[in-house]
Amino acid sequence: MGPRRIVLYINRNPSSTRRKVSELQETESAAAVVQMKGITKTFPGVLANDHVDFDIRSGEIHALLGENGAGKTTLMNILYGLYQPEEGEIYVDGRRVIINSPKDAINLGIGMVHQLFRLIPSLTVTENIVLGLRSSRRPFLDLDVAEKKLTDLSDRYGLKVDPKAKLWQLSVGEQQRVEILKALYRGAKVLIMDEPTSVLTPQEVNELMVIMKKMAAEGLAVIPFVTHKLREVMAISDRITVMRRGKVVATIQTKTTNERDLAMKMVGRMVLMETETVKVPSERAILELERLRAINDKGLLALEDVSLSIRQGEILGIAGVAGNGQTELAEVITGLRKATGGRILINGKDITNRSTREIMEAGIGHVPEKRVETGVVPDLNVRENLILTSYDDPSLSSRFLLERASIDRHVDKLIADFGIMTPSKDSQVRLLSGGNLQRLILAREVTRKNLSALVTVYPTRGLDVGATEFIRNTLVSLKKKGVAILLISEDLDEILSLSDRIAVVFKGRIMGVLSASEAKIDEIGLMMAGAVKAE
Amino acid sequence: MVVRLGSIEIEFRKRGTRPRYLAYLVPFVAVVVALLVGSVVLVSAGVDPLTAYLALFNTAFGNSYSLSETIVKAIPLMLAAMGTAITFLAGFWNIGAEGQLQIGALAATWATLTFSGAPAFVIIPWTMLVTFVAGGAWGMIPAFFKVKLGADEILTTLMMNYVAILAVFYFVYGPWRDPAAYGNPRTPLLPESARIPAILGTRIHLTLFVALGIAVLLYWLLTRTKFGLEIRIIGGNKDAAKYAGINVFKNLLLVTLIGGGIAALAGMGEVAGLHYTLPKGISPGYGYTAVVVAWLARLNPVAIPASAFLFGGLLNGGYGIQMVFAVPIALVNAIQALVLFFVLALSIFYEYNIVVRRRR
Amino acid sequence: MVQDIIVGFLSTSIAVGTSLLLGAIGEVFAERSGVMNLGVEGMMVMGALSGFLTLTLTKDPWVATVVATLVGGVMSLIHAVLSITLRANQILSGLAVTMFGLGASGFLGQRLLGVSAKGLPVVAIPLLSEIPYVGPILFQHDPITYISYVSVPIAWIVLFKTEFGLTVRAVGEDPGVADSLGINVYRTRYICVFVGGLLAGLAGAFLSVAYARMWVEGMTAGRGWIVIVITIFSMWNPVRAVVGAFLFGGVSTLSYVSQGLGIGIPAEVLLMMPYLFTIAVLLIVSQEAVRKRISAPTSMYKPYVRGER
Repeated sequence: MGPRRIVLYINRNPSSTRRKVSELQETESAAAVVQMKGITKTFPGVLANDHVDFDIRSGEIHALLGENGAGKTTLMNILYGLYQPEEGEIYVDGRRVIINSPKDAINLGIGMVHQLFRLIPSLTVTENIVLGLRSSRRPFLDLDVAEKKLTDLSDRYGLKVDPKAKLWQLSVGEQQRVEILKALYRGAKVLIMDEPTSVLTPQEVNELMVIMKKMAAEGLAVIPFVTHKLREVMAISDRITVMRRGKVVATIQTKTTNERDLAMKMVGRMVLMETETVKVPSERAILELERLRAINDKGLLALEDVSLSIRQGEILGIAGVAGNGQTELAEVITGLRKATGGRILINGKDITNRSTREIMEAGIGHVPEKRVETGVVPDLNVRENLILTSYDDPSLSSRFLLERASIDRHVDKLIADFGIMTPSKDSQVRLLSGGNLQRLILAREVTRKNLSALVTVYPTRGLDVGATEFIRNTLVSLKKKGVAILLISEDLDEILSLSDRIAVVFKGRIMGVLSASEAKIDEIGLMMAGAVKAE
Repeated sequence: MVVRLGSIEIEFRKRGTRPRYLAYLVPFVAVVVALLVGSVVLVSAGVDPLTAYLALFNTAFGNSYSLSETIVKAIPLMLAAMGTAITFLAGFWNIGAEGQLQIGALAATWATLTFSGAPAFVIIPWTMLVTFVAGGAWGMIPAFFKVKLGADEILTTLMMNYVAILAVFYFVYGPWRDPAAYGNPRTPLLPESARIPAILGTRIHLTLFVALGIAVLLYWLLTRTKFGLEIRIIGGNKDAAKYAGINVFKNLLLVTLIGGGIAALAGMGEVAGLHYTLPKGISPGYGYTAVVVAWLARLNPVAIPASAFLFGGLLNGGYGIQMVFAVPIALVNAIQALVLFFVLALSIFYEYNIVVRRRR
Repeated sequence: MVQDIIVGFLSTSIAVGTSLLLGAIGEVFAERSGVMNLGVEGMMVMGALSGFLTLTLTKDPWVATVVATLVGGVMSLIHAVLSITLRANQILSGLAVTMFGLGASGFLGQRLLGVSAKGLPVVAIPLLSEIPYVGPILFQHDPITYISYVSVPIAWIVLFKTEFGLTVRAVGEDPGVADSLGINVYRTRYICVFVGGLLAGLAGAFLSVAYARMWVEGMTAGRGWIVIVITIFSMWNPVRAVVGAFLFGGVSTLSYVSQGLGIGIPAEVLLMMPYLFTIAVLLIVSQEAVRKRISAPTSMYKPYVRGER
C-alpha cells in the first residue's frame, strides 16, 4: 500500500479537472490490484454491461453504485467468475487473467460476501468456513487446525465469532462476519461486498464500517456495491463508481461529490429525495393489534404484547432487523400463524385466529415477502395467478364454477392498468421477471373489492427504478383511497421514504412508535438494537 | 448447462415458450425408443425381437378381437390412472391405485352379495356406490396421515397396497371361498343381475363408458370449477395455496376420496364386468402401470384413455408373446418401465432446447 | 429351551435385518446428498437375481456377490442420470427403476426358478461367537452380515469426520451454497446415489446368495420400501439405522414364525404385520420429526439447477 496522495483541485475549469482526474487515475492504475477494461456482457434482450471500466487498488474502498438493473451486479459476478464477458479484459496485479468460475476468482484472491448469506444453518461456523477446502488431514477433516487459523483471522480484523457455534444460532451481524471470514480464510485480497449493510442495524453498520476500514488498513481492497445507502457510501469509500443502464457514468473521488450529485448520476435526472407527504385523511383506526403474542417455528416467543393501530389512509412502517418478529407479525395478521394471545381487529371486527379466507373476506390484503415461494404458483398461468386470491368473488365465479368471461375481462384490465409485461394471459408465471411478478401480485391485492388494509412485506426488494417507483406510487394512491397500509421492511430507507409513522420492532416487542417527520436515524437505530424510546 | 462428451458439446438452453407439438412428440418417441431398448432385453433371452414384436402388435391391435381385448385391459388402466392423476395434480404422490383397486374389487364383491335377489338396476348402482365409497375411504387414509402426522404418502400408500392385496387373499382363500372351484381359488360366481353387461360379441363391459364419462367430468372439474383450480394451486405451490386462504386439508381429503373412488371402480369393473367373480389375482399390477399411463398422458384426464389403450395393447400383446415364446409377462413390466424412463428423460425438452456443437 | 428359541429368533432377526441395514445405509447417503432413491426395491431385486444367476454360472458365491453389487450400482446410475442430469422427477424416476428391476428380474429369472445352489457359507467368528447368548446371535452369520456391521461405523465416520461427508451434508442442505464454494454438486450426488445402488445390490445378493439360496420372483417383497422408512426412522444417521433395521428384521421374523405357531390369526393377516408395522413406525417417526424439527435434507426432491438468469 503506497502513500496516499492528497490532491487539491481548484474547480475553475471543470473539463481540465476531469482531465486531471483521469490522468491521476492512469498513473495510479498501475498500482491497481484489479483492473477491468471494456467489459461487455449481454443477456437475452438486455445489454447488462457496456464497455465498463473499473479498477481498485489495495488498501482502497471503492464503492460501486447503481440501481437494480444498472449492471453492477453483473459486473461483480463477472469479476467473481459467475459469468464470462463477451468483450473486455481483467487484470489482477497487472497480469491478464480469465476467470471462469468462483474457484478461479478465489485462487486469484478475489472473494465475495453476498447479501443473502451463502451459509448452511445446520453446520457449525468452522464447518461452513472450511466447506469446499482441502483438509490438511485428507480425507479426514481438520477442524481443530481450521479453528486456530480462524481465530487468528478474526482477532486480526476484529470479526468476533464462536467457531463452534451452529450457524442458525448466530445473529445476522455475526453471520455476516462468518461470510467475511469465509473469504478472508481463502486468502482474499479483494473483497466484493453485495449490499453489506442492508440487513444490519445502524449500530451494526457502524461496526462493519470499522471492520472495513481495518481491512483496508491491512492492505485489502474492498468493493462494496449498493443500490442506495448513499450516506454510507459517502462515509466509507475512497472512490465511487456510478453505473446506469449498463454503462459507467462516472468514477470519482468521494471527496469531490455529495449525495445529491450521486443520486442524479444514478438516475439521470433530478430525484426527489423525499416522496411527497400526503396527509392522513382521518383518525379512524382500521387495523388494530392489541397485545398480540405469537410463537415462532422454533417454539420461541416471536411476538410479545404487540399493540399497534393503523389509521385509515395511513402507512405504518415496521422497522427492524430481520428476524425480530416481522415475518411472524405478517403471518399472524393474515391468518398464516396462530396468535397465542391478544386480538386483531379490522374495522372493529375481531379476526384473531380466523382462517385466512375469513381474514381476506374481512378486507385484508397481503403482498408477501417471498414473491415466488408464497405469492404465486409458478406453473400456473398469468390469468390463474391474477385471480389467486379473488376467484371466490361472486363477480368471478358462482358457487362451484368459474365465470370464464368475467375472469378474462378482469384479468385483461389488470394487465393493462398495472403494466404487467407478459406474452399472453396463458403464459406461465415462472417466465415473468421479478418486477412484473410484483406488479401482478400488487394488481391482484390492491384491486380487491373490499380492501380496508394491506400488509406488504419488503415490497421493493430487488427491483429496478421503474418498478420501485411504480410500487411506491401504487401504495401512495392506495393511501389516498383510505386503505390502511402496514409496511414491513428491513430497508430503513424504504420505510422512511413511505411511512407516516414508524414502529420499531426488537425481539418481538414494539420499542416505540414515531411519526416519520420527527424520526431521527440514530434514535431508530437504537430502538432496533433494543433500547426503548426516550419519553 | 453444458454436457461435454469427447469433442461434442451439448448445451441445454432454457426455453422461453413451450411448443405445443412436444406434448405429442415426447410420448411417441419415448414409446418407440422403449420398444427398441426392450428388443435388446429380448435378445438377451434368446428371443428374436422382430418376431416377438410382430406377435405383440398382432395380439394387441391385429384384428377386431385383439382390439376389443386391448380395450378390455385398458378399462381398469384408465380408471386407475385417472384416480392417480387427479391426486398427483394436487401434489399428492398417491401410488396406492393398486390397493384402491383391490379394495374396490373386495367392496364390489361384498355389494353383490348383499342384495343377491334384486334386479340389475338396483344392484349395479349400489355396487358402484359401495365401491366408490370404499375406495375413497381407503384413499383418504394416507391423506389424513400426511396432513395430521406428516407421514410421507408414497410410503403409506405403497404399504397399504400390500395390506389390501393380502386382505383380498384372505377373503378369497377364507370366508368367501367358493367350494365349487377347486384348483382355482375364487369367490362364487356373480348372479346374472349383478353382472355389468358387455358390448355384444366382445368382453368390453360398459364400465368403459363410465370411465370415459369420468374422463370428461374430471377435465371439466379441473378446468372449470373452483375446486379444480384449488387442487392445481395446491399441487403447484402449497404455500401459495395457504396464502390464498385455501383449506389444504379439506381439499386433499376430497381429492384423495375422488381419486381412490375412481381407482376402486377399476376393481369393480374387473369383478362385475369381466370375471364375474373375485379371483386371487385380480390385477397384474394395473395400479402401478397406471402411474406410467397417467404420466405419459401428462396427467390430463382426456389424454389418459388413449394412453391406457396403448398400455392395454402392450399388456395384451405381452400375453401373446408369452404364449408363443414362453416369455414371462414380467417382460411387459420391464418395457413399461422403459417407457417411463424415456418419458422422464425426454421431459427435459419441455424446459430446454438442445444445441449440439463440435468443440474446436 | 426357551432361551434357544429366543436366541434363534434374535439371530434370525439379525439375518433378516441385514439386507435392510445395507439398503438403509446406502439410502442415507443418497438422501443426505439430496436425492430420494425410490429405486432401492428394484436394485435389490436385480441384485438378488444377478447374484443368483452368477452363482449358478460360476459356482463362486464371492464373484456372485460382487456382480450383484455392481448391478445395483449400474441401475442406480440410471436413476442418477435421470434425476440429476436430466432433472426428471425423482419420485417417478425411482419408481421406474423399481418397476424395471422387478420386471427385468422376473423375466430373466424364469429359468432359475426351483434351482438351488450352494451360496455363501455361515462363518462363525472365532472367540466372539463363543460368548454366551450374544455370540450365537451376532457372530454366527454369513460374511455379508458382517459387512453390514462394519458398514455402520464406516458410514458414520465418512459422513461426519471426513471432507467428503461434510460435502455431502452441505450439498443435501443447500446445493447452491455448496456450488458457490466450488463443490461439484452433480458429482457428489452421483457418488452418493451410486453408493446407495451398490449397497442395495449387495443387500439383494444377501437375499439370494446367502440367506435363501434360491431365486423367487419378487423375493424382495417390499423390503426396498421398508429401507426407505428405516432411513426416515434413522433421521439420516447411520447409527440409528441399525436400530431400525434390526427392529424390522425382528418384526418380519415374528411374522413368519407366528404363522407356524398355529395361533388363530389367519396367515394373510400375519403376513400384513411388517407392512402395518412400517406404517405405524412411519406415523410415529414423522410426528417426532415434526416435533423435534428434524427434517430431511432440505434439498431433497429438488433437482439442482445452477441459477440461470
